[in-house]
Amino acid sequence: MQKYSIFSLARNALTRHENWREAWRSPDPKPEYDVIIVGGGGHGLATAYYLAKEHGVTNVAVVEKGWLGGGNTGRNTTIVRSNYLWDESAGLYEHSLKLWEGLSQALNFNVMFSQRGVLNLAHNLHDLRELSRRVNANRLNGVDSEILSTDEVKAFCPLIDCSPDIRYPVLGASLQRRGGVARHDAVAWGFARAADALGVDIIQNCEVTGFQRTEGRVEGIETTRGIIKAKKVGVVAAGHSSVIAAMAGFRLPIESHPLQALVSEPVKPILDTVVMSNAVHAYISQSDKGEMVIGAGIDGYISYSQRGGFDVVEDTLQAVVELFPTLSRLRMLRQWGGIVDVCPDASPIIGKTPVDGLFINCGWGTGGFKATPGSGNVFAHTIAHDEPHPLNAAFSLDRFSSGALVDEHGAAAVAH
Amino acid sequence: MLRIPCPWCGERDVGEFHCGGEAHIARPSGADTIDDDAWAEYLFMRQNPKGSHHERWSHAHGCRRWFHVVRDTDSDQVLAVYLMNEAPPDLPGRSS
Repeated sequence: MQKYSIFSLARNALTRHENWREAWRSPDPKPEYDVIIVGGGGHGLATAYYLAKEHGVTNVAVVEKGWLGGGNTGRNTTIVRSNYLWDESAGLYEHSLKLWEGLSQALNFNVMFSQRGVLNLAHNLHDLRELSRRVNANRLNGVDSEILSTDEVKAFCPLIDCSPDIRYPVLGASLQRRGGVARHDAVAWGFARAADALGVDIIQNCEVTGFQRTEGRVEGIETTRGIIKAKKVGVVAAGHSSVIAAMAGFRLPIESHPLQALVSEPVKPILDTVVMSNAVHAYISQSDKGEMVIGAGIDGYISYSQRGGFDVVEDTLQAVVELFPTLSRLRMLRQWGGIVDVCPDASPIIGKTPVDGLFINCGWGTGGFKATPGSGNVFAHTIAHDEPHPLNAAFSLDRFSSGALVDEHGAAAVAH
Repeated sequence: MLRIPCPWCGERDVGEFHCGGEAHIARPSGADTIDDDAWAEYLFMRQNPKGSHHERWSHAHGCRRWFHVVRDTDSDQVLAVYLMNEAPPDLPGRSS
């Protein structure tokens, strides 16, 4: 791997930047791999990276039907935090946040992780109690989190309208100072480049069309570029998880919904933190380019169309303008949708499937981006050892039979 | 924008409706004898297809009545509408 540094930048400047090598190869698929990862988003690429890096499994391919990070990795609002309620979730998301804190150095790729703080606003007494409960749970789990009063919210983020006469006045907030945002494309590219350097084959424009199985064990995948044999297959297909599962002959407790986001025209820096509100439903931050990045709740019906309806956008912007009257005359530049795999308990599924040798990592719903490194890390462990990592043992598919659900609808902070 | 044809009120904006999810999920009989996996199938497992999907909708901000819709989840095109007590229509060339 060509190491990126101030020296390599200077050296390449002398040759007019014409001699940079491609960040990863685009090899033809080999006939057989030890592990194939289906899905070249952040989670899939992170899984391949950690398989090679921490478990010495380097005969690995990542197959992606489109281009790297072209799905939800490139469509989210890039918020990273770990203030989830239950012990199981706190362990998983905090593991991820710790990996984020060293990720740019580990990958030698600037993922622009910016710990600018994440505010969750409370607009009624129930919100306040729920946030206080969650902050207390976080602190018991070693996750930094604190409660702010209305005055403290105003001091921390002056742009929010904290006057008592708005429709849903701000009564307080929780703040995770270590939370923030990262550059989503860079996360996919950084993991891809680092995985490729460790020998992982990244195969784009290669869509899975079926599985090869013998007596309940997976033996390979059928793709638009032919049959590829594999000892183990890890499926990290987000919104299309149910489609892939159907090919392998089992069902998931997943529904795929559009989740929309939009960005405004760029303006000067005015918002230096991430603000989320469950009750009025808006979340917003400002990108380094100056655009206001705004996320909506899911559209209420199953769809794979990556569009969504304007009524959801309208609801979201009403809430944003109520909280931030300053933004009322901003024009919106772009709107898009991603297809999120929503689980009944708003927690992911990471583990084995009814098919031997076939593993699945899905159900991240509206909040998968923040978990990218941690998800890949524990999923790589699960595939390498045929056993879940202690941090993802609670997130197995059979929790829907046992009833041991991990209900994180409150902490998910996005309307389902 | 998605428009839903209510059987009573005609085609209206999706914002007037509430989607009730997958249709024709039958509650299993023998509640005291079936095992946890059978309950999980009923309570949580879903088809979630990319293609024809039979689902229930309610005209929440209109006549407030429930009905069935067959919709292509890939294109969001509404393929058929039928009443709660009707059997799903045959749609040639489409598997459910």
